[in-house]
Amino acid sequence: MENMKPKMMQKNFFTPTVIGLTILAINGLIFLLIRFVWGIGAVTNLDNQHPWGIWIGIDVAAGVALAAGGFTTAALGHIMHKDQYHSIIRPALLTAMLGYTFVALSVMIDLGRYYYIWHPLIMWNGSSVLFEVGMCVMIYVMVLYIEFLPIVTERFIGRVNLPGFLKKLNKPVDKFLRVLDRGLEKTMFVFIIAGVVLSCLHQSSLGTLMVIAGPKMHPLWQTPVLPLLFLLSAISVGFPMVIMESVITSKSFGLKPETNILADLSNIIAPLLGVYLAFKIGDMVIRQTFTYLTEINTSSVMFTLELLIGIIIPLRLFLSNEIKKSPTGMAIASFLVVLGVLMNRINNFLVAYNPPYAQHSYFPSIGEISVTIGFVALEILLFRFFVINFPIVSVPVYSTPQTKFAIRGGSK
Amino acid sequence: MLNQSRRDFLKTSTLITSATLGLNSKSKAASKYVLSEDRMGVLVDTTVCIGCRKCEWACKVAHNLPTEPIDTYDDRSVFKEKRRPNDKALTVVNEYPNDFTDKFPIDVKVQCMHCDKPACLSACIVGAFSKHENGAVFWDSTKCIGCRYCMVACPFQIPAFEFEKALKPDIKKCDFCYKDRTFKGKLPACVEICPVEAITYGRREDLIKAAREKIKMYPNRYVNRIFGEYEVGGTSWLYLASKDFEKLDFPKLGKDPAPGVSEAIQHGIFAYFVPPVALYALLGGIMWINKNKKSKEQEQDK
Ligand code: SF4
Ligand code: SF4
Ligand code: SF4
Repeated sequence: MENMKPKMMQKNFFTPTVIGLTILAINGLIFLLIRFVWGIGAVTNLDNQHPWGIWIGIDVAAGVALAAGGFTTAALGHIMHKDQYHSIIRPALLTAMLGYTFVALSVMIDLGRYYYIWHPLIMWNGSSVLFEVGMCVMIYVMVLYIEFLPIVTERFIGRVNLPGFLKKLNKPVDKFLRVLDRGLEKTMFVFIIAGVVLSCLHQSSLGTLMVIAGPKMHPLWQTPVLPLLFLLSAISVGFPMVIMESVITSKSFGLKPETNILADLSNIIAPLLGVYLAFKIGDMVIRQTFTYLTEINTSSVMFTLELLIGIIIPLRLFLSNEIKKSPTGMAIASFLVVLGVLMNRINNFLVAYNPPYAQHSYFPSIGEISVTIGFVALEILLFRFFVINFPIVSVPVYSTPQTKFAIRGGSK
Repeated sequence: MLNQSRRDFLKTSTLITSATLGLNSKSKAASKYVLSEDRMGVLVDTTVCIGCRKCEWACKVAHNLPTEPIDTYDDRSVFKEKRRPNDKALTVVNEYPNDFTDKFPIDVKVQCMHCDKPACLSACIVGAFSKHENGAVFWDSTKCIGCRYCMVACPFQIPAFEFEKALKPDIKKCDFCYKDRTFKGKLPACVEICPVEAITYGRREDLIKAAREKIKMYPNRYVNRIFGEYEVGGTSWLYLASKDFEKLDFPKLGKDPAPGVSEAIQHGIFAYFVPPVALYALLGGIMWINKNKKSKEQEQDK
């Protein structure tokens, strides 16, 4: 039988695309430098009416949602024990790990007093939703790093090769890694479940965040079930994200796309999207907010687009069997879901937010956009780096090695 | 109609949310400060205010903010634009046309309302705000991390942020002259300087009584409403006006405290950590069952 095994990709790091991404990343970092030297006001279009911009709306809120692939695949692969999905867990885990790292970074650059970022650890406010989100995200980042550790040990066990005088340490380090690996293997389930619980908590609480803004938020979005909607949308965007990234990875490393696994995943997406849609429409009907859709303005247009492009069209696509035969088709449908959730987060945090005394509306500055794009570029670059240097992406192997480290240990 | 059903829905779904998520733990909701019976307040009578803006000047002086000399405040051209309190001025006066006579425009002093159930206090990630016995809502610079969530939360859009500062940017808002004055029993700077006694400092309850009396005595002079008596659960600052408050740029707000819904959800999700722990146990159980199933299947395969 054909077996899938994670391997390091044999590729050069640099390609024209990579160079383009590097330029974008550097551009973002330059604006970031300005932010740290001259303050947030120097780079952003934020003011007292618009305290939060795209660094929160996109980098943090959408960033957290789009990293949901990590916990949804962990739930599917580890908790439901659907073994056929094991090959997608590692790429999803890597995306989540990088995603959350950048969420944390984005919070940091947006904080006026970033050097006090540790304050919530000792100054608690149980009634603050932001406090809860912050704590959960902080712990979850740690959990993600721990979940990733076995990949690091797998990469280095039997191959520790320190330069120069550190050579003497090769043996002890190797030994340490083996002990660590064994320990992790026994306890990993604790972290995996914790990761899923933490994700459910902060994905939903991210929705509660805007509830306190009350009437400042457009009634199309302002609802006490926001936490539920956020959780449902996060769950339904997890697998599309995995599909998209799997298809793109296969393309850029010249591998055969895993059409079967992806098609199986696609089958799960339609019902998830359906539930999300049902709650979104139900909420609209119960609160009678559809009346706001009869007037044409930014809010009603954005709401309709979000619903149509982000949920209804991809739902229809995922219900068709044709789509599931082509990786490109699935990637496109997935992209729509991702776009929809991205729009939803932007809508909730920025479009829906109508401050009472605003003289003008908020639009992100060049600096804000540059930093956001720069961070995305950096994330993709790091993803590529990890995929090349660590066993992340699974490729078919025909002889099935039974013992975990035997082959690699011996070959070096 | 629409509003009514929406409010009902808001209430029921909050209940449902907290009930489904675990226990309905009203007990824990925001009990960190006790509202003193004798808390103070300020009554602003906008029909008396002459728009001299002396209070703006006194406020700046009291808070060590840079200011022009006091006589420049006679310049009434600033009223052409509507201004908001910001990091450089914690209170501002705006002027509105009087529908009956051009001679007496309506002047409205704006500053933090010192809510009884402050949204800023509930929202702040590190608990930098505190509600004091005399009613003051005070911001603590040593805690704040500059996340600006308080600005998102405040229903009056009051907290201002020093966007221009790269290091130690502050949240700026009226502090009821807490540290230097009201805490020591002195008047707030603006109240002290006001030449016509348009603003009165006193026990909030007494002020409400006085305001009611005024409305009763001069029913033609005032609209029958004290803004701040019930809005978002009540505020320390109270307003009387001759015109609809909404036309004077007061926000349209309900009687429910601003942090109410979000705190109910929050405490529902975290009711004594029962729901998260239950979820953990549930997932652990599912994992265990599936694992056993798998190993049994494998044994049968052999
Ligand atoms: S008006 Fe705003 S800043 Fe002032 S106490 Fe109320 S919520 Fe806080
Ligand atoms: S900006 Fe400061 S005071 Fe406002 S919520 Fe954040 S930490 Fe609290
Ligand atoms: S000092 Fe008194 S009269 Fe003058 S603007 Fe202020 S509140 Fe009005």
